[in-house]
Amino acid sequence: MSGMLKNALGWVDDRFPLTKVWNEHLAEYYAPKNFNWMYYFGSLAILVLVNQIITGIFLTIHYKPDAKLAFDSVEYIMRDVDWGWLIRYMHSTGASAFFIVVYIHMFRGLIYGSFKKPRELVWIFGMIIYVALMAEAFMGYLLPWGQMSYWGAQVIVSLFGAIPYVGEDLAIWLRGDYVISDATLNRFFAFHVIAIPLVLVVLVFMHIVALHAVGSNNPEGIEIKKQKDEKGIPLDGIPFHPYYSVKDLVGVAVFLFVFALIIFYMPEMGGYFLEHANFIPADPLKTPDHIAPVWYFTPFYAVLRAVPDKFGGVLAMAGAIFVLFLLPWLDRGVNKSIRYRGPVFKAAIVAFVISFVALGYFGMQPVTTAGTWFSRFFTLVYFAFFLLMPFYSNMGQDKYVPERIEDK
Amino acid sequence: MKTLLGLIIVLLSSQTMAASSQHKLESATIDLGNKPSLQRGAKYFVNYCLSCHSAKQLRYSRMAKDLEIPSELVELNLMFTGEKIFDGMDISMRAKDAEKWFGVNPPDLSLIARSRGADWLYTYLKSFYVDVSRPFGVNNTLFPMVGMPHVLSDLQGLQEPVYIDVKREDGSVKQVIEKLEIVQPGKMTPREYDQAMNDLVNFMVYMGEPAQMERKAMGWKVLAFILLMIVIFYYLKKEYWKDIH
Amino acid sequence: MSEEVQDKRRRLFLTAAATAVTGVGAAYVAVPFLASMNPSDRAKAAGAPVEADISKLEVGQLIRVEWRGKPVWVLKRTEDTLTELATKIDKLRDPDSNESEQPESCKNSARSIKPDVFLAVGICTHLGCSPTYRPEVAPEDLGPDWKGGFFCPCHGSLFDLSGRVYAGVPAPLNLDIPPHEYITDTRILIGSSGGQA
Repeated sequence: MSGMLKNALGWVDDRFPLTKVWNEHLAEYYAPKNFNWMYYFGSLAILVLVNQIITGIFLTIHYKPDAKLAFDSVEYIMRDVDWGWLIRYMHSTGASAFFIVVYIHMFRGLIYGSFKKPRELVWIFGMIIYVALMAEAFMGYLLPWGQMSYWGAQVIVSLFGAIPYVGEDLAIWLRGDYVISDATLNRFFAFHVIAIPLVLVVLVFMHIVALHAVGSNNPEGIEIKKQKDEKGIPLDGIPFHPYYSVKDLVGVAVFLFVFALIIFYMPEMGGYFLEHANFIPADPLKTPDHIAPVWYFTPFYAVLRAVPDKFGGVLAMAGAIFVLFLLPWLDRGVNKSIRYRGPVFKAAIVAFVISFVALGYFGMQPVTTAGTWFSRFFTLVYFAFFLLMPFYSNMGQDKYVPERIEDK
Repeated sequence: MKTLLGLIIVLLSSQTMAASSQHKLESATIDLGNKPSLQRGAKYFVNYCLSCHSAKQLRYSRMAKDLEIPSELVELNLMFTGEKIFDGMDISMRAKDAEKWFGVNPPDLSLIARSRGADWLYTYLKSFYVDVSRPFGVNNTLFPMVGMPHVLSDLQGLQEPVYIDVKREDGSVKQVIEKLEIVQPGKMTPREYDQAMNDLVNFMVYMGEPAQMERKAMGWKVLAFILLMIVIFYYLKKEYWKDIH
Repeated sequence: MSEEVQDKRRRLFLTAAATAVTGVGAAYVAVPFLASMNPSDRAKAAGAPVEADISKLEVGQLIRVEWRGKPVWVLKRTEDTLTELATKIDKLRDPDSNESEQPESCKNSARSIKPDVFLAVGICTHLGCSPTYRPEVAPEDLGPDWKGGFFCPCHGSLFDLSGRVYAGVPAPLNLDIPPHEYITDTRILIGSSGGQA
């Protein structure tokens, strides 16, 4: 480093902990050396967040949050604004990509026990991010003001009406009107563009601070901090920078390839990322034949429909999300990683994945008798996975966990 | 395993259900590289659709550029008097009048190909048949009780349905339309009409997203660049990770 | 060369290559975002050439036409004015219009295609106010030397009847003359310069 640069850095360091932060979180943050491909999705989630914020800002430049103008302003972006189509597709595809990335990220935490002591708060912050993300996506989906935007919002806001005593008033208060209207669009715009993104950024910061305080877990579920050398550096740890920064670059590039492939060649993703009915302007007088939320909400939507009682359904749906918060205390397994856990736990994970995917599928389909019964069955599987966890999570867990991460 | 099996069974059954409840769609050949087809489609659209339906999201000037039609020709042949080349394809009919005349307000068609799909439109345009009980004397097998006249009948001619008997589960018999037959030929042969409708649908697909030609044309370049990034990053990672034992 | 040195060089090369593709990629990504802030097709459509019909324009009369959201004046001048314009040189900052914006066909003392019909963007070149049309000779407020012209009420800039700025006033340049062409004798297309829009 040249003298001048060094002086400049010293000047800054006297006033701001630049080198300290760099070292603590990158150059001297020791991460286990055995991360696998599932560990890409944390940094990918940040990438997608940045993508959503930047594309979002540029969409806001042209979008009009007004029930009379909103739909046309989106088409204006798609047609009249230079590159508007690209920015809009980056945002709409980014929304779905966010959930794909986050679901894999959460699943990785689930199977490797990354939520277990001492990482409970990492998980809790992550869960709050997930809930905020759902709110963000839901409110953002109203903005194009298409038929699905309108009726999807109508259905979801009506759910609050199921809450005893205060429900109806609460739903009206949320909408600012008796139906979804211009007032609703305007406030959803404010929440989507300012309020929730701010919360998300703060939460992501806390999520990372909490993670770096306790250190990263790994596919073996071995605490690398237990085995340190004389300088106090974990023996199985490697500096995040440069090793994981260059590794994450590969993950980022591969992700971008898939992301670009979707944006340029299948932005609607067969109606899953952009629903066909949303190309029809919102019409408060005519419900589309079939309303389904966007794919990332459908597992919870299926839970909602599985319960034959309005308030019960809302409770079940909220419960299906809330139960995830309890995971660190439901799992009583001694070993963290699925690699060292018994067959019962492994089978439970398989059953959980199947139930989640199946619920997602049934949540997209029109209501049928058979579909409802299957939704009920898988709802039970879903809840059983969590609520029975205290009983089965320690079964057959006799495998020996090595002290060190071994080279393969 | 049981759950998996159950899932497969349901998936299969819902698949067959979907197939039986839906009208079979004929597939249109969509080729946005085929400029002559798009130009013919634009001509049919302007002459037959644009008097009642608008397509306000598409500017004439944009169409001229994308379809490689000189602006003067668009102004001469595809626009009505008083409109400017930068205007969207709007119509002068007011929504209230439209409702009085048709019972419904003919929807704007700018995005119809994105909400309905090309095959639906293609099939719809071929599925009008004579039904004297309807206000306009025609009905549509794909869109029963359609509130629109068969504006293309001078090209296609008139079709009448051929019924077959289908037994209900309780043993009674109901008549179901098996196919449509031309009873009064139009200016085009059925083959020419199919081609014309294919052109029209092709144009409507273009109209739904004018940027898609540009999008598809540049996509592969972006992908190629990212591929280069993957290769470099991969070797960079490999080089650094030599250190890790 | 030892293996270690070779490794180091390889690492440097790959780092440089990675930095380069990332930089190029970032630049490519920035382009659409920056370009999206340009005037859109709608804004360009609003800026399309507009037509002015001058068949009913009388001598001494000024009409305003909106083009790209700006007022464009069309004024029919008298013979006397034209003579005056050809002589009144010394008080002007740029009498030959060397610095100002105008089509090549308007670079003359009348600053117009047809001598009597004057066309200009009615925006003061100082800070964007629209000057007022003051055709009267020697009014009280503008003094005995005033032979008609334009007066900007915001900061007192003065222009003669071909939009040339007086010396010693805040405005630095003569008024802009927009590109325009005559479709017929009495119809002008403002914003178009013969074929190329």
